[in-house]
Amino acid sequence: MHKVAIIGVGCSKFGEMWDSGFRDIVISAGVEALEDAGLEGKEIEAMFVGNMSGGRYLAQEHIAALIADYAGLAEFNIPSTRVEAADASGGLALRQAYMAVASGVHDIVIAAGAEKVTDVGNPMDIMISSIDKEWEGFVGATLPALYAIIAKLHMEKYGTKEEDLALVSVKNHKNGALNPKAQFRKEITIETALNSTYVAEPLKLFDCAPISDGAAVVVLASEEVARKYTDTPVYIEACSQASDYLAIQNRKDILTMNSVVVAAKQAYKQAKIETKDIDVAEVHDSFTIAEILAYEDLGFVKKGEGAKLIREGVTELHGDLPVNTSGGLKACGHAIGATGVRQAVEIVLQLRGDAGKRQVNAEKGLALNIGGTGATAIVTIFSR
Amino acid sequence: MLPRFWRKIKYRYDLVGSYCENCQSFFYPPRNLCPHCRRRSKIKEVPFNGKGKVLSYTVVHDAPEEYKDEKPYVIALIELENGVKVLSQLVCDPKEVEIGMEVKKAFRKYGEDGASGIIYYGTKFVPASHF
Repeated sequence: MHKVAIIGVGCSKFGEMWDSGFRDIVISAGVEALEDAGLEGKEIEAMFVGNMSGGRYLAQEHIAALIADYAGLAEFNIPSTRVEAADASGGLALRQAYMAVASGVHDIVIAAGAEKVTDVGNPMDIMISSIDKEWEGFVGATLPALYAIIAKLHMEKYGTKEEDLALVSVKNHKNGALNPKAQFRKEITIETALNSTYVAEPLKLFDCAPISDGAAVVVLASEEVARKYTDTPVYIEACSQASDYLAIQNRKDILTMNSVVVAAKQAYKQAKIETKDIDVAEVHDSFTIAEILAYEDLGFVKKGEGAKLIREGVTELHGDLPVNTSGGLKACGHAIGATGVRQAVEIVLQLRGDAGKRQVNAEKGLALNIGGTGATAIVTIFSR
Repeated sequence: MLPRFWRKIKYRYDLVGSYCENCQSFFYPPRNLCPHCRRRSKIKEVPFNGKGKVLSYTVVHDAPEEYKDEKPYVIALIELENGVKVLSQLVCDPKEVEIGMEVKKAFRKYGEDGASGIIYYGTKFVPASHF
């Protein structure tokens, strides 16, 4: 297997971008990534695009060819492939690109993620299609409702409080304020979070990530090729993907995301590291409870003790294990299919020392991207 | 939505799930393949008695378009006596629900497909104390 490096990263601004179309957003991220890598364009051999629902958000399918076309690559006729796993689509694109390079099939490959949610479809209804539409959606469940059921049981069983969830939101907003690409660049108080209106009890508005427009692009290359382009490659040590029962009613324990546990175990093993070796992480905080679960399922703490990390400030920007230095999905924004790639961009910036005001000291980073309520998970481990 | 709903009416109007005779496991919603036995599955249909307790729940305030008129409503993850978990609406005052509460199945309306469309019926749960 070839060692795989990331040689360039790019990210559009995240948010409600009424003045920009899907193509504009993708190209802004792509151009940034190619400039960062020092590529002209014709060196690119293949492209993988994470996009959850072009069909419903834009009434546009055939997204992969569209992006290759508007990236100026139509005349190179490269293979361009869209992959989908709800809001884990970006993580899938990264993993497909990683495998294409690791296998030796290609030398330079693009992983892109993009979503434009403010054009055609109703974002809430479309997100419901990431859960079991026939048996969860039918009874009136929404994505926040299912995470709320998980949160409620976590509180009952482990004593996690609404205040703990609010602290996750406060931390991520604080980090987002330092990220020029973030959707929300304003710190909030715990009172603001706690006094916000209920979406699905016990989750409130400030427990829920927004549904955003945005795109992110990373350029992957084999180690030998990477050296020609950069002195600061960031290596992908492992990229593991796992699945689980789609509906939460079929899971033995709704407080454990088995997909995350399995993907993390595989990734740690392949990277030959332990949990304690991770210096910085981007996790999928689509809802604040999901960040608490991630602490546990990634093995940062034992099951049930997730809230302790946020209470003790361990995952703050300057804590022992900074989590979501970008602001996470909550404050940076959640551009669905873009998120998994956007997380990779943040870890690369942190490991290269290019993260500006939110820079932390890190040699090894981890990204966790989740689809829906955890039926898909991708764990990627990076090193410099 | 109509054909997809119609096809599974038997399992929605009453609580009918699957049972694997090979490993004695129950499933809801129904499955054609047992995830423990796969090719050796011996699946048959079984009606569930519909008695259970609330494992966890939420009160939904931000509802999808077709449920806007119902909000706030309770969605609960219910564990039946045979160990099967069912996600369902719970018919009660949101203030009344608590974890561990005993509930029973009931035949109720879920919604309708516009003014002249079909009416969606299905199984909801009701606190056992209401019977």
